[in-house]
Amino acid sequence: MHPGTGLQVRLRRAEPFALDVEFEAPAGAITALFGPSGSGKSTVLRAIAGLQSMDVARVACGGATWHDTATGLATPPHRRPVGFVFQDYALFPHLTVREQLALSLGHRPPAERPARIDSLLQLVHLEALGDRRPSALSGGQQQRAALARALARDPAVLLLDEPFAAVDWALRESLRQELVRLQRALSLTIVLVTHDFEDVAKLASHLVVLEDGIVTASGSVESLTGRNAVPGVSGLREPAVAFDARVEAHEAERQLTVIAAGDLRLEVPAIAAPVGAPVRMQLAAREVILASRRPEGLSLHNVVEAEVLAIEPAAHAALRLVHLRVGATRLLSLVTVDAARKLELAQGKPVLALVKAVAIEAFA
Amino acid sequence: MDWTALGLSLRLGLVTVGLLLPLSFVLARWLAFGRFRGRGLVEALVALPLILPPTVVGFYLLVAFGRGSPVGAAFEALFGQPLVFSFEGLVLASLLVNLPFAVQPMQNALAAIPQNVRDAARCCGLSPLQAVRSVELPLALPGIATAAVLTFAHTLGEFGVVLMVGGSIPGETRTISIAIYDRVQAFDEPAAGAMALVLLVIAVAALAVTNALARRAGRRD
Repeated sequence: MHPGTGLQVRLRRAEPFALDVEFEAPAGAITALFGPSGSGKSTVLRAIAGLQSMDVARVACGGATWHDTATGLATPPHRRPVGFVFQDYALFPHLTVREQLALSLGHRPPAERPARIDSLLQLVHLEALGDRRPSALSGGQQQRAALARALARDPAVLLLDEPFAAVDWALRESLRQELVRLQRALSLTIVLVTHDFEDVAKLASHLVVLEDGIVTASGSVESLTGRNAVPGVSGLREPAVAFDARVEAHEAERQLTVIAAGDLRLEVPAIAAPVGAPVRMQLAAREVILASRRPEGLSLHNVVEAEVLAIEPAAHAALRLVHLRVGATRLLSLVTVDAARKLELAQGKPVLALVKAVAIEAFA
Repeated sequence: MDWTALGLSLRLGLVTVGLLLPLSFVLARWLAFGRFRGRGLVEALVALPLILPPTVVGFYLLVAFGRGSPVGAAFEALFGQPLVFSFEGLVLASLLVNLPFAVQPMQNALAAIPQNVRDAARCCGLSPLQAVRSVELPLALPGIATAAVLTFAHTLGEFGVVLMVGGSIPGETRTISIAIYDRVQAFDEPAAGAMALVLLVIAVAALAVTNALARRAGRRD
């Protein structure tokens, strides 16, 4: 990736609460800004859009500087090519969906706009509802309208503030899938604010953890979860690894799909994605059983040769969190102290990791 | 029936609405969105004509517009006629006493627009002025219409301030309210009754319009 093409953010503010943040969101990827409420995530997002003043700020995107307090440069919000999806969507109540999109197309020649509106509506599956006002749309439809309006600007970066917080669980899953589809299709650069780690695990490839206005960790989701190194949440959420994989093969007869991430190959219940398609995997540490010998007569699909990298205390005194390596891919396994002793687990020791197919969450 | 007085009243109402609405929108927007010290004081000053007796307002305006005052002297130097007891003086007085009727409905309507919606307008690429035109004005429209109706109706009915500042010069400052008073003084009850009925009808129509607008604004959310 070209270093100058992503979004670079450096913000500092003393009042009303201290904020000191620096991170980079790579181009063409989803970066999650993750942290508890009140950690300053939304403030950071607003500052990127130019809606929030800062004592010290440097915001640059795609080689263009938008904000630099050192030189006094501050591009106003309407001149920054950002698409902003607000938590409550902030649709204009007096305008139809088409009119909202038209309003965001000021940068395109008037002759192009109607066709562009049509294609945007198609992109978010709202073709039939373009002439409705927001009050006549369901929550999910409003979210898609807000997404289309943000995309209408042809943004260099798409900013999403808790985009799934206002929809129920069942809808959340399909909206996540839609977002992933759009992101891949348009190779969008996205910064997503969330306090739900599910969003991180299923959507983001990069993670910035924010606590009390300070970045406590940042890096790829795979490396941070693989090392169980997501601070602030490690104690709250179960240890689990999230990583990117590909569909390697479908075994139609057995109703299984083989996915691969580096040297790691896993069989999972059949997923509807073509061979070669990227999938996001999530595997909780408690679902990974360790063995010293290959077991027989089990309903098990996945027996993976792994190497113990480290053993660390877990939240519960009677448990240990075992860090494993399969090629370059990391796994975590939660075992009892007793089991760790029986298996004589130690750093560098080869073990077999046993994983039920249904324990693996694959997100295509 | 004093048609000249009715015509003058309608003209005063329209001129007041025409001048006051844009000025009040700017003031209402500043009060609704601005963050500054002394907002409470400005709001109190705007509301003052609501509670001050019209004769008191009229008295102060008379003093302020008089030939000896800076405002009165400046006006006379520019236009060669005194400000008091003129239509122009009446307009100026009308603008001031109607300030709360114009500002408050618009301020409430603007303050009801969520911050996120105004931010979204900017993020859609609209300049501050375009955001006012395409988002704030349409969303505040019921409030603006209410302000217009209230201002117009109130101008037609204003008596004390008009009498103090304008007197009762036919075709210049004798509004329909003053004319009604004149007719009653002259024991011409039929004429007073006819004009009172005209004002009653206008007032009822104004209330009907504002209520309808308020209901429409309520439905949209």
